[in-house]
Amino acid sequence: MSANIVKISPGFEEIMPEDYRNLVKDGPYGRGLDVDKLGTFKELIEEHPLCAGCGLALSLRLILASLPNPEDTVIVGTTGCNSLSFSQVAIHNIHSLFGNQNAVATGLKRALKIRFPQKAKDVVVIGGDGGIGDIGLGMVMHSWFRREKITTIMLDNESYSNTGGQESGMSCEGAVLNMAPTGKKFPKISLPEIARDAGCVYSATITPASPKRLGKVVKQAILIARELGPTYVQIYCPCPTNYKFKPQESLKRAKEKEKDGSYPIKEYLSPPAKEFVEGLEVVNKPR
Amino acid sequence: MIEQKVIEQKIVEPEEIFFKARREKQFITGSEAVREAIKRANVDMAVSYPITPQSESMHLVGDIYAQGYLKDYYRGEDELGVMSAVAGASMGGVRVFTATGGPGTLRAFEMFPTWAGARLPVVCAFFCRGVNSPLTIQPDTIEIGFMLDTGMLIFHAETAQDLFDMILKSFIIAEKPDVHLPIGVFADGFFVTHTRELVEVPPEDIKLPSYNPYMSPVPVMDMETPPVRQMRDPFVMKSNFISYAAHASWQQEVRAAGERARKHIKKYLGGFLETENEDADILIVASGTAASQAKEAIIRAEKEGIKVGLAKLKVLRPFPAEEIRRLVKNKKAIIVPEFNITGWLAREIKSVIEDNSRVVGAPRVFGGMTMPVELISNEIKKQQEALNECKYS
Ligand code: SF4
Repeated sequence: MSANIVKISPGFEEIMPEDYRNLVKDGPYGRGLDVDKLGTFKELIEEHPLCAGCGLALSLRLILASLPNPEDTVIVGTTGCNSLSFSQVAIHNIHSLFGNQNAVATGLKRALKIRFPQKAKDVVVIGGDGGIGDIGLGMVMHSWFRREKITTIMLDNESYSNTGGQESGMSCEGAVLNMAPTGKKFPKISLPEIARDAGCVYSATITPASPKRLGKVVKQAILIARELGPTYVQIYCPCPTNYKFKPQESLKRAKEKEKDGSYPIKEYLSPPAKEFVEGLEVVNKPR
Repeated sequence: MIEQKVIEQKIVEPEEIFFKARREKQFITGSEAVREAIKRANVDMAVSYPITPQSESMHLVGDIYAQGYLKDYYRGEDELGVMSAVAGASMGGVRVFTATGGPGTLRAFEMFPTWAGARLPVVCAFFCRGVNSPLTIQPDTIEIGFMLDTGMLIFHAETAQDLFDMILKSFIIAEKPDVHLPIGVFADGFFVTHTRELVEVPPEDIKLPSYNPYMSPVPVMDMETPPVRQMRDPFVMKSNFISYAAHASWQQEVRAAGERARKHIKKYLGGFLETENEDADILIVASGTAASQAKEAIIRAEKEGIKVGLAKLKVLRPFPAEEIRRLVKNKKAIIVPEFNITGWLAREIKSVIEDNSRVVGAPRVFGGMTMPVELISNEIKKQQEALNECKYS
């Protein structure tokens, strides 16, 4: 598509909300922007209902600013705090059940391929750790086994936050959370490794404390998925509300966990993905 | 790997393929009738997952994908995954088909009201089978009772011919802009899927017009249609009056869309029910293969001098309440034979007519046995004797 996607019907310009008019005038569609340019264009997310200091909110903002092709991207989500923000996002979004997002994304990606064989239509799954690592894990992994060309991005706050802070598979061992009254009894699921072994050609972990790197990882993941196969990105998103720390400490926590290795930052590239990314860098190098 | 071929088929008007085209007779099973319907339905994509007695039908759809009749086909991870994938494909603007039955239906259950709520014109065949526990693979229509309140339109085929016609016609009814709802075409497992009968089919070199996603009353998820600022599935979960009202009115709209389907169902299926001996005092109301057994019982009753009428229901949602009310007006007894323990059809009929003590919710067989004609005959005799007693007392 192009900026046409937000085109206002003639005669309605006056009555459209200002944020919509800004989107038409100054949105990111068709401009190849990224996180570096934040603040210079009208962002895809207007406001959000998430808690103050929420790591998801910041990550979503960075993800949306890093989409290589927002004018032709559809996001498939699942139940969770992040899904509540999608009614404020200027991009098509599907919310279906809890955990079935990768199956929905599979059908959608294949349908768009049938209808637009010549066009790159990116399908990006964005969900929490509950939807991706627990209730939806079977469908997530099967989309990887089938080599579906979709990107799966997990917003990992290490709990089921939206339903009140229950333990999830991504919570760390020993964490005392609702439904883990004496501490969680098994370690965090090592999904980046599982993703690699299940067929993802690219798998990475990152936190919003490194915005530039996050932008690069997301962009890479989507471009690789478009050409080669499934990709997985896991983003640590601190949840001040359920882990009971001050909202202003969110980023500090992310930085600390990055630094002390309790949230290791990793990147796996399959040989073809590596070759593809090197090709990208040649193309993208400033002259 | 087998290369997918490209098949040349001419697109014709639905009326041509449904009513006008010269039909040839094929001696085929119900599963093969599914394949023949999908061949002519211009389906873009199908997703499959095996469950007896559905498996053969979806493997045959895979065969015609390899022959080039469909553009995409794959085996999903389980029934919930399949029903989710066809939802995604339908939101992406293509015509999709799948099939399941029995435990598969229940495993996928959360998706059916979701299809209806998202106004997806998915067509799905359900081959009825008993539900665990204990484990059974035998036919039993209990799953229809579960499905009646999902918001989907529900047709019930008696024969392979019904199955062929209902599947083919469902795409056109489901996709009408004033309907745009999923349709479940149900048939009794084994009795229909695994038996052979003569089925009349139009030529295989013609097919239905393709689905036009831009005629949908809800936006297609392709980032091509302004305005973009709209989710396919908007949240209305705040606890305030506007949210309640939005959710309630959407549910009403889904039901209203089902009501608007009535005129299209009449046009394409030729009505909601088929009747015999409308003037008899005793009426049997049945759907699926229970209707075939009822027809046999009626022939036997006639030999004994008892006249019995039949209403075979083809459509269960929207329910043909008016038609039933008119038909039972002067009836003395209404016999409802069913292949399930709960008696959902008797319940439905009782809920729409006056003096529902006339409804005999019997005979019922369940767990997989066919409906013995004798059981229906016995019920007819019992009712006739009761009528005779009334006359003389
Ligand atoms: S509960 Fe936690 S994850 Fe959810 S919005 Fe609040 S801070 Fe974010």
